[in-house]
Amino acid sequence: MTDRTYGTEPEGATPAEPSALVRAFKTIAIVRESWMASVGLGILVFWILVAIFAPLLAPYPAEQQISPLLNASPGTCAEPDRPYFTSEGMERTTGDECYLLGGDNLGRDVLSRIIWGARPILVWAPLATVLAYAIGIVLGVMAGYKRGWVDDVLSRVSDIILSFPVLVLYIVLITTFDRTNLNILLAVTFASAPGIMRIVRGLVLDLRNRDYVAAAQTRGESSWYIMFVEILPNARGPIIVDACLRLGYVIITLGVLGFLGLGLPPPDPNWGNLIAENRVVALTSPHSVVFPCIALSSLVLGMNMLADGLREISLKD
Amino acid sequence: MIVFLARRLLFMLLTMLAVSIVLFALLEINVESIAVRVLGQYSTPEQREIWLETNGYFRPIYERYFEWLSNFARGDLGESTLFNTRVAEILWPALGNTAILGLFTFALMVPLSLTLGILAGMREGSGTDRSITFLAVITTSIPEFASAVLLSFVFVFWLGLLPGTSGFANGFSIREMILPVAVLVLYGFGYVARMTRASMAEVMQSPYIRTAVLKGMPHGRVIMRHALRNALIAPFTVIILQINWLLSGVIVVEFFFGYKGFGALLLSAALNHDIDMIQSCAMVAVIVAVATQTIADIGYTYLNPRIRFT
Amino acid sequence: MSTAINSEPILRIEGLDVSYFTRAAELPAVVDFNLTVERGESIGLVGESGCGKSTVAMAIMRYLGNVGRIVGGTIKFKGRDMGAMNEEELRGIRGLEIAMVYQEPMAALNPSMKIGRQLMEVPLFHEPDCTEDEARRRSVEMLGKVRLADASRVMEAYPHQISGGQQQRVVIAMALLSNPSLLLLDEPTTALDVTVEAGIVELIAEISREFDTAMVYISHNLGLILETCDRVAVMYAGEVVEEALVTDIFDRPRHPYTRGLFDCIPTPGRNKNERPLKPIRGRLPLPHQRPTGCYFGPRCDFFSEGRCDGGKIPMSAAAPDRDHRVRCVRWDEIDWSEQSDTAEARPPAEVGDVVLRVDAMQKYYPVRDRSLAAVLSGRSVRYVKANEDISFTARKGQTVAIVGESGCGKSTFAKVLLGLETATGGKLTFNQDDISATAVADRDTGQVRSLQMVFQNPNDTLNPSMTIGRQIGRVIRKFGVEKSSAKARERVLALLDLVKLPRDFAKRRPRQLSGGQKQRVGIARAFAGNPAMVIADEPVSALDVSVQAAVTGLLMDIQREYETTLLFISHDMGVVEYLADRVVVMYLGQIMEQGTTEEVFAPPYHPYTEALLSAVPIADASVHKKRIVLEGPLPSVLDPPKGCPFHTRCPRKLGSVCVEQKPPVHETVNGHAIACHIPLHELESYDPVIKTAAE
Repeated sequence: MTDRTYGTEPEGATPAEPSALVRAFKTIAIVRESWMASVGLGILVFWILVAIFAPLLAPYPAEQQISPLLNASPGTCAEPDRPYFTSEGMERTTGDECYLLGGDNLGRDVLSRIIWGARPILVWAPLATVLAYAIGIVLGVMAGYKRGWVDDVLSRVSDIILSFPVLVLYIVLITTFDRTNLNILLAVTFASAPGIMRIVRGLVLDLRNRDYVAAAQTRGESSWYIMFVEILPNARGPIIVDACLRLGYVIITLGVLGFLGLGLPPPDPNWGNLIAENRVVALTSPHSVVFPCIALSSLVLGMNMLADGLREISLKD
Repeated sequence: MIVFLARRLLFMLLTMLAVSIVLFALLEINVESIAVRVLGQYSTPEQREIWLETNGYFRPIYERYFEWLSNFARGDLGESTLFNTRVAEILWPALGNTAILGLFTFALMVPLSLTLGILAGMREGSGTDRSITFLAVITTSIPEFASAVLLSFVFVFWLGLLPGTSGFANGFSIREMILPVAVLVLYGFGYVARMTRASMAEVMQSPYIRTAVLKGMPHGRVIMRHALRNALIAPFTVIILQINWLLSGVIVVEFFFGYKGFGALLLSAALNHDIDMIQSCAMVAVIVAVATQTIADIGYTYLNPRIRFT
Repeated sequence: MSTAINSEPILRIEGLDVSYFTRAAELPAVVDFNLTVERGESIGLVGESGCGKSTVAMAIMRYLGNVGRIVGGTIKFKGRDMGAMNEEELRGIRGLEIAMVYQEPMAALNPSMKIGRQLMEVPLFHEPDCTEDEARRRSVEMLGKVRLADASRVMEAYPHQISGGQQQRVVIAMALLSNPSLLLLDEPTTALDVTVEAGIVELIAEISREFDTAMVYISHNLGLILETCDRVAVMYAGEVVEEALVTDIFDRPRHPYTRGLFDCIPTPGRNKNERPLKPIRGRLPLPHQRPTGCYFGPRCDFFSEGRCDGGKIPMSAAAPDRDHRVRCVRWDEIDWSEQSDTAEARPPAEVGDVVLRVDAMQKYYPVRDRSLAAVLSGRSVRYVKANEDISFTARKGQTVAIVGESGCGKSTFAKVLLGLETATGGKLTFNQDDISATAVADRDTGQVRSLQMVFQNPNDTLNPSMTIGRQIGRVIRKFGVEKSSAKARERVLALLDLVKLPRDFAKRRPRQLSGGQKQRVGIARAFAGNPAMVIADEPVSALDVSVQAAVTGLLMDIQREYETTLLFISHDMGVVEYLADRVVVMYLGQIMEQGTTEEVFAPPYHPYTEALLSAVPIADASVHKKRIVLEGPLPSVLDPPKGCPFHTRCPRKLGSVCVEQKPPVHETVNGHAIACHIPLHELESYDPVIKTAAE
């Protein structure tokens, strides 16, 4: 080489890449840049903790019926020495049985059922979302990158699925197949994957024309490598935002299905079922439906705020 | 343009056809389970056999499909096992009721969400924008059944201002419309408002708005003449597509308030395994959804000169 | 009007400071900016990206958005302080007294409003008693004045229905409709092709003569400023560093930065061997990293500790009688005549065997037209003839430039060569293998690694989610250059050394790098497998001039060391003359002329080459060039003209023969070929486009 200078830029002008651990923490820390995202994440973490520690937090077992507290108003305590039946036989109230959020139509503690009810929601909703994403991403990346007939077929099929009003689709699916946890999971996946595919396809259509993709092509990389190593990681921002929104939406869906009597099957308490079971008494003792509604809405609100905050943060850079 | 319309309409028909095949296959491919659903868990295999035989379920599925399709096309929707009458006799009035509900909802939701969206998008990041955005986030987080419960709690149980059911027992009553419409608007407006806001904000950032401002035009004129037309193209599509959402939303609302519409009908048909009724309701819903999709596409093309003249 | 008002300058800016406010800090974009614009005068504002030149224009318009604010100084328009004006007074000035022309004409026009309506708005709004008919008449008239043929059709069109050059003429017409006393032009030709640019530049020069409008012309291109302006202010990092008459700046630059800029720009007659360009070292400091004292200090060869970094440097008069001012404390100590404006000269590189032979290569894309008329007439499939009959050769160590405007097929050719597309006809022989029909997936590793590419857009060339080291390392392993990961890592570091980047860049991600640094990584990646040939598609066109020189220099050095064949794709005749050995001129998918650089840049020319040469703005006041402005827009590749593709715009068109017949190829002795109906001896008789006064 010649000894001419080509203006080597000064070193240390920008900080070097930190370790993976530090980056992981930073990723979580960026949430703090937006109060919306922080509050949203807070709500989400709150409900996750409630679900995990349900056995410690719930004052009563979810199924325990204390008939004297049937439809009791919030904060009511049982009068002492009233008889009620359990699976072991007849018991008598001591007077210490207090339902903070009242009792439901079978005399169960609404608060305990809400706490226990967080579990199935926080298991099945994320599971369905992840499954739908796994399918939607793979198909979306293929449709967007390969184009041609693959794209045509996948897009047409997703058009057809998306042309069903979503609840109509669920009703048809769930009445055809049985109402089991797995079938509901599959139904949600089936109905959500096409929408995810469309979003991912759109992102990939944009990214596939980038020069770094052409660079990978000119060095003879396989399509799989290009699709999932070169392209997909660069679509993660919008995908994460959409995933938060969609998780909120799946939670709503599970709630709606439960409410319509088509949701996750009993006896496990879940928020949708709580509302459905007490719908008939909604106008006489509203607390048994109002509180589960608030619980479910708050979790969805958390997801939506997190999504909105993350989008705002991603637009700032 | 004519070619475009023709192609779009043909495509619509094909989609409807494809959907009808999917629907029919889903509901009717397993004849055994149909018999179980109709005759109940405790029917004997012989009973089921006879029922299937008399109702012609042993013919090949494509034959049944074409029969069903031609009947459907002629307006013969079959027999409702739940109501013991022709499906059409119940479905069309119910659909009419739902149309009224939808009309009220849209009449309220569209102006509300567009106004809020435009106000928010006009000055991105302002206090107005933040409040409207936050309001929209909250309302879109409360599903229809939850807001139905909450609104009923406040206006029926607590304040006692409104009736809790909307069955129109004493004929049509605007008071009974208030809560169902309110629930649908509350959940639906946020999405449209946010889409409008995003579209408006993007337009306000665009260089041609700068051109208009630097021509010396006042703010109001810039908004009215340059921003709105471009900003409303995207929300137009969103609004039309909300009809698809509405077809889901009415199921919950009608069920909750006992409103005698298409949604409640579909749900009770589903819960009672009234196959012909489910098929007809679902098919009608899909036809409405696909038709609105087509209208949205054509409208989008018409509104957007960049696509219209190429 | 009293004389007192007349003597007031149109615009007087004093001590203007503009800052952008982010959450973190206040970022000063423009610092202590002074400018006076007299009636009818045109002032150039020149500088690299991020120097604050566009911010000045927006500050004059008082349109800085939510984040920008004027934090000091005054802007007086015809003696009235614009800072004290309310919204309504401002509106009375915007569009009426001060009008603006923008960089992206397509984006500047409302896509859903007819052009006529957008034009008519100006008089209708500013003059209350102007009628619709009057506004329409004046708009049509103004479209004629900006040389738009078929004004009434344009009035009824939507912006996307006319070409980029026509759009810009519409924007100019819109600006002139109210007969403003000041016209701000913000990079008005940057988004346009060179031949279209030439037309717009000519129009702008005419306007300043005809309309007596004062102009502020903002550009990064010194050559354009020379063609359009009387005076020029050079900006660096938010400050004006030098201000003078245009000719003084070009002949007697008195600021080291201005001088450095000129040393970075290829001018006619300059080439890579005899007078290599000398880049400015370092990079433009970010607003919050500016040094104390002279902002240019860290990059300056004349930096003197204690004096240059002491405190604020004021403007001093370099030639008071000529109003030449400079922001440098040492301008009178520097011996400007003795400074060499070039890096070390070198003998030309040896040229070896033929590496690439292209023989009648052809690439057609089918386009399906689904309109009813096309289906009925059976012409539903048409072909875009992206490449038609391309033939040339490239030798080892040689730099071959393919030059042409957008749509000429140069990028398609690169795609076919790389195997991203396959040719529909002809042969491509690369290292004795015919690769015309072999897609990259079917080529063996040896073929793939010996043919690599450097891409145009620095922000697009690297994968944002991978570290630099991983991206280069992947290439090394993919090509089997090194097997073990330790060796591969060594090789990555060696490649970073090669492109003069610090080794710790291997751990960084692309967003932590500047545009020039990203292009260096792109070069390192291309050379990772010791390729026999590298295709560089406009590798520096998106970079600032000072960075351009550094990156081109680096590319040339590596090429020389590795004896690589370089296929350089460009639209810029200046850069091509500087670095190419052979030149291929393309227009609408066909070769118009090819030969050695000396042959192509001197008569006999193809008329298109002649027009291209004339269109390139030259940053050298001593050069005189022939003005050839092409009429009409570039035809669509979907429907290229029959006969000679250039006949629709050719100023030397003979007649029907050009329309009907394919031109013959005149070949002079050693492979200089021109495809034209005009006889060779006549082509030889033309004057050269560029004449240097000194010679």
